[in-house]
Amino acid sequence: MQAALNLLGGIGAGLFAVLSAAGRVVLFALSALGHCVSPPFYPRLLARQMIEIGYFSLPVVALTAIFSGMVLALQSYTGFARFSAEGAVATVVVLSITRELGPVLAGLMVAGRIGAAIAAEIGTMRVTDQIDALTTLSTNPMKYLVVPRLVAATVVLPLLVIVADILGVMGGFIVGVFKLEFNPGAYMQRSWEYLKFEDVFSGLVKAAVFGFVIALMGCFQGYHSKGGAQGVGAATTNAVVSASILILVFNYVITELFFAR
Amino acid sequence: MTERPPKLRIRGLCKAFGQKVVLEGIDLDVAAGSSIVVIGGSGSGKSVLIKCILGLIEADSGVIEIDGRNVLAMPRREREAVNEHIGMLFQGAALFDSLPVWENVCFGLIAKRRLARRDARARAVEILAQVGLGPEVADLSPAELSGGMQKRVGLARAIAARPDLVFFDEPTTGLDPIMGAIIDALIVEQVERLGATAFSITHDMASAQRIADTVAMIHKGRIVWQGPASAIRNSGNPYVDQFVRGSTEGPIKMEVRR
Repeated sequence: MQAALNLLGGIGAGLFAVLSAAGRVVLFALSALGHCVSPPFYPRLLARQMIEIGYFSLPVVALTAIFSGMVLALQSYTGFARFSAEGAVATVVVLSITRELGPVLAGLMVAGRIGAAIAAEIGTMRVTDQIDALTTLSTNPMKYLVVPRLVAATVVLPLLVIVADILGVMGGFIVGVFKLEFNPGAYMQRSWEYLKFEDVFSGLVKAAVFGFVIALMGCFQGYHSKGGAQGVGAATTNAVVSASILILVFNYVITELFFAR
Repeated sequence: MTERPPKLRIRGLCKAFGQKVVLEGIDLDVAAGSSIVVIGGSGSGKSVLIKCILGLIEADSGVIEIDGRNVLAMPRREREAVNEHIGMLFQGAALFDSLPVWENVCFGLIAKRRLARRDARARAVEILAQVGLGPEVADLSPAELSGGMQKRVGLARAIAARPDLVFFDEPTTGLDPIMGAIIDALIVEQVERLGATAFSITHDMASAQRIADTVAMIHKGRIVWQGPASAIRNSGNPYVDQFVRGSTEGPIKMEVRR
């Protein structure tokens, strides 16, 4: 009986901790959104973050997208060949890339690169009193540190996903034409034939949400880190893990909103 | 004739973190233009006290008046306006890693006083000269500086906006004795030049004696003694005596975990 009570107590405490953490994240997000719409604004910092998050993430996103497109073409060809549906390869590649793989893979790559960097930078600023120093210099840390990163990630990730979509489809095209010997014109025609605006648009909406989530979790974990180097390390890990999980959760939710019949 | 209020007046300041009471009714007056040093052992509440005054930690109860106005009851924007007249040198200098030295020094002037960036570098070089640093330091990043130089840059940042109240958190911690003495001399010189009021916390007795007009001792969240710096070695207070002697015998029991 006591063991059962202890177990229930443990589950309850765990649930309470999760809900409490979720509440803190939501409050942090609401506070950050409030600061997004009130001055002062820091355009120079916003531009710097857009370059850091967008431009410097291009290589990793591009490589991921192009190889994912190539693998997808190869895998779908070998699968579809079993029931003589090889002609659907181009359509499957373009729909998979624009709806799912482009935004999700770009999101996960950026979560690893940028989510960790944001948490580490803001976490280090927290444990070395730099955030307190901002306050004593009459500068709101939410406006100075959090808002530029949130806005930059939300704006830039859709742009990265456009690049990922193009390169992913190109990767499929390369394998389809040069390895599987599809006719280039026919492959491109099959790619565009079934592609709709909402396929691309849903991917871009996902990307904007993922960008917001990545920056939010990086800022939140960094902002609340404590305990020196160990605390910053934990914040970095938590930022990447929580952002990655939330990307997958929101991916389902947005897919449900766009495509559920 | 009305008596001039103290620059800083604290009454009944309390702060607890959960069950742990850190400040337990602090009362303190700091006269305008004076230099007070709060001494006390690790965990005595010094850092929490300074953070409460600066608004970095929310106090549970009490009154903190700066120039006769209770800053704890102020709206955020009004509090930020008060902070514009306050300077702070952090224990580890807390320089912004991502900015060069000149931008660190003039950060407050650029952000709040609308100093143009093209003028800020020249202004930073002037202020750096006041703390004994040459113009070649201006374009370095904080990571390229020694501990002593970082403290000087931190001091330059603290005085850049010509504050009338300056806080120093353990200004000599982590420095060798000679550099500590140099930093103390700079603090005294710059505070006198500005005509500012100085509020420092430290556990370095040599430093306290160099920069203080008045010394207050904090122990377990209470001020247990306050008096002129010249009286510190003959205070007659058992807490102060033990602290000054650095003795393990006395009313202060340090927790030692083995």
